[in-house]
Order: sequence, then structure tokens, then C-alpha cells
Amino acid sequence: MSATDIHDPNRRDFLYIATGMAGVVGAGALAWPFIDQMQPDASTLALASVEVDVSSLQPGSSLVVKWRGKPVVVRNRTDKEMKDGAAVSLNDLKDPIARNANLPADAPATDANRTTPGKEAWMVMVQVCTHLGCIPLGQEGDFGGWFCPCHGSVYDTAGRIRKGPAPENMAIPVFKFISDTKILIG
Amino acid sequence: MSEGHSTYTPKTGLGRWFDARMPLPRLVYDSFVAYPVPRNLNYMWTFGGILSIMLVSQILTGIVLAMHYTSDTTLAFDSVEKIMRDVNSGWLLRYLHSNGASFFFVAVYIHIFRGLFYGSYKTPRELLWILGCIIYLLMMATGFMGYVLPWGQMSFWGATVITGFFSAIPLVGNWIQELLLGGFAVDNPTLNRFFALHYLLPFMIAGVVVLHIWALHVVGQSNPTGIEVKSKTDTVAFTPYATIKDAFGMIVFLFVFAYFVFYLPNFLGHPDNYTVANPLKTPAHIVPEWYFLPFYAILRAITFNIGPINSKLGGVLCMFGAIAMLFLVPWLDTSKVRSAVYRPWYKLFFWLFVADAILLGWLGSQPAEGSYVFMAQMATLFYFAFFLVVMPVLGLIETPRRLPNSITEAVLEKKNKGAGGHPAGAVSAPETKG
Ligand code: HEM
Ligand code: FES
Repeated sequence: MSATDIHDPNRRDFLYIATGMAGVVGAGALAWPFIDQMQPDASTLALASVEVDVSSLQPGSSLVVKWRGKPVVVRNRTDKEMKDGAAVSLNDLKDPIARNANLPADAPATDANRTTPGKEAWMVMVQVCTHLGCIPLGQEGDFGGWFCPCHGSVYDTAGRIRKGPAPENMAIPVFKFISDTKILIG
Repeated sequence: MSEGHSTYTPKTGLGRWFDARMPLPRLVYDSFVAYPVPRNLNYMWTFGGILSIMLVSQILTGIVLAMHYTSDTTLAFDSVEKIMRDVNSGWLLRYLHSNGASFFFVAVYIHIFRGLFYGSYKTPRELLWILGCIIYLLMMATGFMGYVLPWGQMSFWGATVITGFFSAIPLVGNWIQELLLGGFAVDNPTLNRFFALHYLLPFMIAGVVVLHIWALHVVGQSNPTGIEVKSKTDTVAFTPYATIKDAFGMIVFLFVFAYFVFYLPNFLGHPDNYTVANPLKTPAHIVPEWYFLPFYAILRAITFNIGPINSKLGGVLCMFGAIAMLFLVPWLDTSKVRSAVYRPWYKLFFWLFVADAILLGWLGSQPAEGSYVFMAQMATLFYFAFFLVVMPVLGLIETPRRLPNSITEAVLEKKNKGAGGHPAGAVSAPETKG
């Protein structure tokens, strides 16, 4: 090669490069299905919404339904739990963002923004710790909200992270009340 | 030292016929019979052989378990119980496999600490060391995915927590996590792909082991003095000397292994894994298998944000960083002297590091609260300081002890000093002492 090291690009160079590029694109196109098949499949995505009947839920109690393989808690909060949640100043929060899929992405984490207008007693939330995905225990912990036994994250009555390694408030999924006693999640 | 030319001479006609066409017997002869090994190797050098038989044992027991196992979330737990109760000798095969994984890790940890003590990673063995680190990573992936297969509570929640690590990566983290899980949570697609990968990875390990041994046979084994082989009197032939020593080491190791398999088969496991996985209920206290505990403690020690890095990402980075340190060791250690035998300060810090690793392991098994968190933070700090401060700095400031001129000199020196009671014949059997 040394004799031809310095020369103007000729047709042969062009062919080498073009062939090489075609090879790279081809290899990429062939690799993609192998990666793509790893993504959630159609049957997993199909489980995208569930309807819950909450007529039996007294204040202070909660129930859990499975949505997309994850537990979603519906909690009917007592007056005291609501007051506790509303009394918290935004400055005391580790994560000041509402993380409510029904609101804009930057909505602040007020108690009202963690619930739905007119239904402030009801918390509907993906009960998955934002640390590494364990299921926190309800009605537990220093703030009477949730406590994650895995690495000790503590959430308040609005599911906001208050202490421990978790970085974010627990997520609020897309949901709406389709009647006074029925919620549609997803 | 593969420099020397092959001394293999086929004795039979068939042997010569083979040798001219595919000299496999020659390769075996040169690698495991005539291959010269330093005459002063101690029992720490038998763990390579032990690791090889553990890999073979895992593959054999694994393949027969796979003939009875079903990787479907509704059947997996029951199929493992069926292996335990109905399949002939199934209990034995499963206990061999589950305890075998633990003993595989016992051996690899001893093997790694041997390397750290005797400076086995230094020039020209960097690549050999890195191939070893890759094997260790693959072992961790294999062990983790194997533990998910019985589909007990620890399987499920361990998988949840460990795949959760990836969600800490900014921007693409959630996508990667969904890619690993094949869904939004650990479920049937996860179990299936983990089974497929758990089947595959041990064979990839076997492949890297071949490269590891190839690299070893190019540069030759190090030895407790860390001095390179200089003449023929520094070495003995692999067979019978190393073969017998390795065999004896294996037998002792397998005795201990067998004791666990037959008398303490569940000692290293977790009782919660005999409860079928429940995606709606996390056990009160999640712990990974014992061989991951030090890293788990490091993960949980980061409870605070570091600048723009939140505590979760910080924990994950530190945990992976702790493993990455091993890859960098050849370049972190600045000392010209290999073996800790001649490095009084390094020796001290080495043992402190061993104690620190054990402390971290213990902390990883404790709940992450109160003073445990602070202790884990201090132990994590020392862990990283050992690699990033002690290793580079000691090499520059430490005065090593006088090195013998050769392995032979070191061996004879030792013999003349300590072992007065040895029969004279011992000199011709150099493997008998250290
Ligand atoms: C590097 C080698 C290997 C390691 C470290 C390893 C590790 C493990 C571990 C820790 C478990 C969980 C045991 C339990 O708690 O029940 C497991 C289970 C299993 N492994 Fe492996 N394994 C290896 C190789 C293999 C191979 C080559 C196969 C072949 C298919 C295999 C098939 C299985 C099966 C079917 C199970 C589920 C049954 C059970 O849980 O006992 N393994 N493995
Ligand atoms: S998963 Fe909840 S604290 Fe770690």
C-alpha cells in the first residue's frame, strides 16, 4: 500500500467506501429485528387499561389492581391524611414535580396535583417504589403514607418521596372517574 | 513460557498419523504434560483447575435440570418442586447446581484475591487478567439469571431490583429496562429470555476460558515470589507435579462442596425462594445471593445526591464502578515489585481490603438503616480508596524488601532457613513446600 498511500481518490476508492457503507447499513438492518423482538410484545401492550369498582372502599382503606403487570393502588384517604398531605410545603419535598400523567410534565407536586379535582380524597397511583421497583407498604412509615421495605424509602400520604434513596414521587397513571364509583386506569 | 519448542514425539503409528493431520494430542501434551510451571507454586494456584471443573459441573447439572424445567411463570416454580420430589435423583442434581454456583464463586473470589496479593495482573499479564474479569462478569450475569428461574419470591424481587438498576440511566434507562424485561414489569417474557440466556452464557464463559488459558500459556504462570522464570531449574513439568497438586486441591474443595450439598443444601439460599413469586407483594427484606452482597451494600450506601447525580444513579454508578476497578488494576498499581510477599505496606492494605470486602458483604445482608448505612458508606469509601489512592501511591513511596535473584534461590533460601526437619530427598520434590 505504501506506494499508493498518497493519491487522489479514484473509482476503486469510491467502490470500497460504497460497498463498506452498504455492508454497515445491511448489518444494522439485520441487527434491528434481533433487538426489536426484545421490546414488549402486542399481548403485553394490549393489557393497557383496566376498570375498577371502588364503591366498597371506606375512608382509610385501599385496594390494589394489576395494570401492565404492576400494582396500582386506589386509596380513599381520611380527612386527616388529606390535611397532612396538603400541609406540606413544596420546599420540604425531595422531588417537587407532580409526576402525574394527567397533568403537564412540570406541574408542581402539591397535594391537589397528586389527585383529581373534586376527588381529592382519592389517590390512584402506581405503587412501585421509584428506587428499584419494590412495592411499598401502604399506611406505614413516618408520614403515614407508604414505606418501602427494600431500602427504606418513606413516602407521605400523597405518595411523595420524603426520605431514603428513591429519587422521585410515585407515578400517577392516566386515569379518570367514569362514574362516582368506577375508575378507568390507562 | 511456551517459547520452548514442542517435545512431543508420537510413539505409535496412529499417533504419527494424527500428528501430521491435526496435532491435537501434541497441543494437549504441550499444554498439560510437558508445560513448565514454576517450582514454587502454592495451593493458591490450584483454583484455576478448580474453577474449570466447577464450570463443567454447572454445565452438566444444568443441562439435565433443563430437561425437567419449564420456563413459564405458571409452571416454573412447580417444575422445580417436581425436580425436587418426583424426578429420580432430581434433588441431588438441583442441590449440586444451586450450591455449585456458590462454590464456583467461592473459587473465583479466592482466585481473584490470589491475583491481587501476588500482583499477577502486572506486565505482561494484563490481558490475561482482563479476560479473567470478563469471565467474572459473565458469571455474575449467569448466576443472577439462574436465580430467577425457580420463580420464588427472591427470584422475582431480585430480578425487579437488579433490572431496576438500568432505569437509573438518564434518558434511555426506561427503554433499556423494558428491553430487558420484555414488558413493564418482570413477567413471563422476562423468565423466558432469562432461561435462554442462562443456557447460553456458560458456553460463552467456556469460550473466554479458552482465551484466558491461551493467554496464560503465552506469558506463563506467575508465582509466589513474583519473579519471572529465568532458567530451567526454576520450573518443573506440569505432569506430574502440578497435576497431582491440582488434583489434591480439587479433592479437598469438592469435599467441602459435598458437605454443603448433603448436609447444608439450603444454607446459602434464602427461605423466601420456596414461596412462589407474587408480583403484588414484596418480601420484608430482599437480599441477593451472598456473592453479590458487597456490591449490594455499595449500591445502598449512596443515599445522598452528588451534584447533578441523584442518589439512585449514584448508587448504580458506584456499584458498577466497584467492579470496573478490577479491570483497571494493572494500571492503577504503580509498583515494580509484583508479589505482596516483598511489599510490607501493600500486604497490610491488602488484608485490610479483604476485611473491608467481607464487612461490605455482611452489611449487604443487614437492613439499610441506622448505623449500618454509615458503616457501609465508610466501607465503600475505603473500597475505592484502596484502588484509586493506595495502589498508585504505595508503588511510589514504599520500599520493598530485597528480592531473591531467582525462584530457585528463593526456594532454597526458604528450605535452609525454616525446614530443618525435612528429609534430604525433599529437595528433589520441590512442590512439597510453599
Ligand atoms: C456458569 C455456570 C452456571 C451457573 C453459575 C448457574 C447458576 C444457577 C443458579 C444460581 C440457579 C438457581 C438455583 C436455585 O436456587 O434453584 C440456576 C438454576 C438453573 N440453571 Fe444454572 N447455572 C450455570 C449453568 C447452567 C447451564 C449450562 C444450564 C443448562 C441449561 C443451566 C440450567 C439451569 C436450570 C434449568 C435452572 C433452574 C432449576 C433450578 O432452579 O434448580 N445452568 N443456575
Ligand atoms: S426499591 Fe424501594 S427503597 Fe429501594
